[in-house]
Amino acid sequence: MSVELGHFALVLALALALVQSSVPLAGARLGSPSLMRVGEPTAIAGLGLVAIAFAVLTLAYVRSDFSVLNVWENSHSAKPLLFKITGTWGNHEGSMLLWVLILSLFGALVAAFGRNLPPTLRANVLAVQGLIATAFLAFILFTSNPFTRLVPAPMQGRDLNPILQDIGLAIHPPLLYLGYVGFSIAFSFAVAALIDGRIDAAWARWVRPWTLAAWAFLTGGIAMGSYWAYYELGWGGFWFWDPVENASFMPWLAGTALLHSAIVMEKRSALKIWTVLLAILTFSLSLLGTFLVRSGVLTSVHAFATDPTRGVFILAILVFFIGGALALFALRAAALAPGGLFHPISREGALVLNNLLLTTVTATVLVGTLYPLVVEAVTGEKISVGAPFFNLTFVPLFLPLLAVVPFGPMLAWKRGDLAGAFQRLHLAFAAATVVAFLSFFLVDRASALAALGIGLGLWLVFGALTDLAVKSGVGKAGPAVALRRLKGLPLSVFGTALAHAGLGLAVLGVVCVTTLEEEHILTMQPGQTVEAGDHRLRFEGLRPFTGPNYTEEQAHFALFGADSLRRGSIVSSKRLYTARGMPTTEAGIRTIGLSQLYVSIGDETADGGLVVRVWWKPQVTLIWIGALVMMLGGMVSLCDRRLRIGAPARRRAEAAAGEAA
Amino acid sequence: MTRKQKRLAVIGTGMGFLALAAALTFYALGQQTSYFYMPADLAAKPAAAGERIRLGGLVEQGSVVRGEGTRVRFAVTDHESSVMVVYDGILPDLFREEQGVVTEGVLGADGVLVADTVLAKHDETYMPREVAESLKERGVWQEQ
Repeated sequence: MSVELGHFALVLALALALVQSSVPLAGARLGSPSLMRVGEPTAIAGLGLVAIAFAVLTLAYVRSDFSVLNVWENSHSAKPLLFKITGTWGNHEGSMLLWVLILSLFGALVAAFGRNLPPTLRANVLAVQGLIATAFLAFILFTSNPFTRLVPAPMQGRDLNPILQDIGLAIHPPLLYLGYVGFSIAFSFAVAALIDGRIDAAWARWVRPWTLAAWAFLTGGIAMGSYWAYYELGWGGFWFWDPVENASFMPWLAGTALLHSAIVMEKRSALKIWTVLLAILTFSLSLLGTFLVRSGVLTSVHAFATDPTRGVFILAILVFFIGGALALFALRAAALAPGGLFHPISREGALVLNNLLLTTVTATVLVGTLYPLVVEAVTGEKISVGAPFFNLTFVPLFLPLLAVVPFGPMLAWKRGDLAGAFQRLHLAFAAATVVAFLSFFLVDRASALAALGIGLGLWLVFGALTDLAVKSGVGKAGPAVALRRLKGLPLSVFGTALAHAGLGLAVLGVVCVTTLEEEHILTMQPGQTVEAGDHRLRFEGLRPFTGPNYTEEQAHFALFGADSLRRGSIVSSKRLYTARGMPTTEAGIRTIGLSQLYVSIGDETADGGLVVRVWWKPQVTLIWIGALVMMLGGMVSLCDRRLRIGAPARRRAEAAAGEAA
Repeated sequence: MTRKQKRLAVIGTGMGFLALAAALTFYALGQQTSYFYMPADLAAKPAAAGERIRLGGLVEQGSVVRGEGTRVRFAVTDHESSVMVVYDGILPDLFREEQGVVTEGVLGADGVLVADTVLAKHDETYMPREVAESLKERGVWQEQ
């Protein structure tokens, strides 16, 4: 298959996207069902065409077709097959193609499964999706074409950046994009509702699962990105407050708020206007993230293959969609009818508090991320805003949010009973407090802040368990009845409990590793030992090793437990990728329980020693385990029966029954 | 409470959070940002000793001294003036002479930067953005 086929498919996809973005919209305006129906086949065919383009590019990578410029720049025939495939999106052009592929996938899913939607809403949603696809397909075709040929074709490629030759590239970008781009559905629904000037609970019932799915993927994507950077960069850090990290974190924060406000809208028909605004803001932050990462306007340790000149095109897309959607919001939002009433102390009230805090936190992260750009544009001075800024602003605003999370699910809709919620949570509170005090007095070097953090993390976990216990009637009914009730609880209740408990676990991990971590930097001679945590490492010496496309010097360390028994070994290495002549450091990591021993090596010294950096990272894995539990919570909630059998379906069934009668 | 009062309560709480966030942000921006300098900027307008700064430039040819245990000394230059940097730890893989770096740390009274972070990017043709722009302004370095 020649790459021209892929190029052709992409051009056709652009033409189809233009049709998809205009005809259904006109149909909805004119009330013409036949015009509105154009949306579905174009969306599905569009996915097919983009999938062909993507498959063609992947095949060019697998076959090492160096007559394609993109393949020559980023691949090598000696690269293992997995990295040939993942290398497809390990560069700017391919990465944007993956972005559009996922966008088309979501659009086609709405087309395929949205048959129950009111026809005008469906037509408008598909039109907005088509508009986004048009913009990004044009971006790829005019500025970032992955199918450009190279004549004459070189014999060998320039290889993929070695840091990207890792399983992380297979997992992190697709998950992250499923999250980022998944929020486009919420955006399209919001804009469609504004075009229509109508919005109801059925709208929220539709938006919620899409948001939930996008949120779960984004959670997983961020967590996997964090773990990848942790083991690959060799610095042992899990989060740097780097602009690229913030770019993915802001849509996550806003998406979390959206997830919660959509619940209020679905259940109580309240917060309609706010939910629409959040849906617009969340995807806007995704677009902003794409712009920040792809353009490289902010210096980052994670950005690969950035190109400032093409950033301007994305900036234009950004301005068009955010500006357009917000203008539409300003014009039409007042037309959306306000919803149900509620008392401040209620489930709705708790979710509003969650929203207020999350959006405030998002705003501070946004300010910290963009501030250097603004200062440079205004004064020309170059400044950087680093981790200390975010620790000072993010942490004080996020702590109260964590403290109130367990109350939310305990409060009733409309009017809640705060004293009753306290009463039900007193065991969880007592247990968390006791552990916090114990860790303060018993654990070496545990500060008051560390104890508070540990207490908060456990409070979230115990609070989630209490929620399940209360809802299944543990303590009031017999164990058999309680178990039966537990089994009968809706999956969304388990989803909530899992997500909140996962958040608690991640908090525990972050607190433990930031306050109790041990770090040693030293020069080691063979035979020398170093203590870290309860363990001892003995440097055994350096040995050369040859991999498929690299050579390396491996430093071997013997690991001993507190009882001086040998517990295996750790290998850390300095690798040289021969194609690019580029060195990388491969950290040696050993997981012990939930903690990790992390060894990274530096240069050899003149007297035959080796510079070694050893970290003891207590409970560090909880950070990512917690995030995965949150993701699982999202997935479990997504399987809830209620989300699959939507309100619009019921209404149509009733209408059909009415006609029959 | 009437609808209006409730709306006021929500807006009031929101404003409260925003005010708190704004206060924290202003305080933190005043305290926690570090300015970016090239060695020539420092020569023209010295920063106060004890100030936290980011220093960018090229690693000066022949200036890297290792072998004091884990401690490394090197000079960062922009071919106009240069600044000594001391760093304790493992240098990034792509740290090389005549390559762009950004170091971050506290300036000592003797004019030596005690760095706690040394960034060289993970791409051999990469030049940190601030460094590239400043060097281009001076005509020292061109993009390939």
